[in-house]
Amino acid sequence: MNTPDPLPDTMVLYGEHFDSRMMLGTSRYPSPEVLLACVKATRPAFLTVSLRRQMPHQLSTEPQGNSFWALLKDAKTPLLPNTAGCHSVSEVVATAQMAREVFETDWIKLEIIGDDYTLQPDTLQLPQAAKALIDLGFKVLPYCTEDLVLCQKLLDVGCQAVMPWAAPIGTGKGPINPYAMQSLRDRLKVPMIVDAGLGVPSHACQVMEWGFDAVLLNTAVALAQNPLDMAKAFAHAVNAGRLAFKSGAMQPQDKAQASTPLMGKPFWHQS
Amino acid sequence: MAHTDPSSNMTIDVLINAHPYTLAASSTLEMAIKAYGIHPPFAAALNMNFVPKAHYATTRLQNADQIELITPITGG
Repeated sequence: MNTPDPLPDTMVLYGEHFDSRMMLGTSRYPSPEVLLACVKATRPAFLTVSLRRQMPHQLSTEPQGNSFWALLKDAKTPLLPNTAGCHSVSEVVATAQMAREVFETDWIKLEIIGDDYTLQPDTLQLPQAAKALIDLGFKVLPYCTEDLVLCQKLLDVGCQAVMPWAAPIGTGKGPINPYAMQSLRDRLKVPMIVDAGLGVPSHACQVMEWGFDAVLLNTAVALAQNPLDMAKAFAHAVNAGRLAFKSGAMQPQDKAQASTPLMGKPFWHQS
Repeated sequence: MAHTDPSSNMTIDVLINAHPYTLAASSTLEMAIKAYGIHPPFAAALNMNFVPKAHYATTRLQNADQIELITPITGG
């Protein structure tokens, strides 16, 4: 399928330009080969990665250690380490510093979880954690809720972009609070990447139509029956949504308006 | 894994990734990493504080220290 190419409409994060407006998580794929195929087909701006204690291979279903490292080298895509599972600022700081050394990057996806059931970010600790990382020279992309004031606080401490959720991680529900998300988009002018909760390509297209700058996907692709085709579908949806946003949508009307001109209509006044 | 005699006063007990290890009292973080047997790429923290690779050989361990050694894994 040929889709219109929205380039050179690049996204700028912390002064760096990105052609792709899709970011891809690396967990839960049926195999490392499927993950790599999805990466090569969609060329995401970032691949998100993490750090864990080394587990015996028989206890881990995910690629890890040396084998995962080799896969990442093969992917030739910028890496975005996360601080997944952290519950305190001190955990975040130590994890981010370890990630910077292992992955050799200043980029960090800041996650600080406040509730283990919903995986909702700890909105009270987020600004403090973001400031601590920025002071250490990190380029921080904070995973947050769609709360306008929280996002403003994150910008106040030096974040140059935010990553609001659409819905809780892994739910695939799509944007559950459209009003707040659109309001957030309208109020703040920094890059915003919708992270978490997208389930199908139309969700991605919707938030891109609202003017969000990019999406981060993992479960929706990895758990599809055909992850590779789903990754491609999301890539098309992201491009379609972005192009639609830039095109300027019409305003909805209450009253029907004929699209075919009435002038010259045959049989006019003859019946 | 080369554990020293735990009955000796010249040893310390530490946790590496939550597993108990008994090491010589003069052990460094570098020695603990060798005892654990992890292969690069990895990073280390001691008592919740990141330790850069360049400091492994000079970081002396104390009794009850908690060491984290972590490697890359998939993430969302």
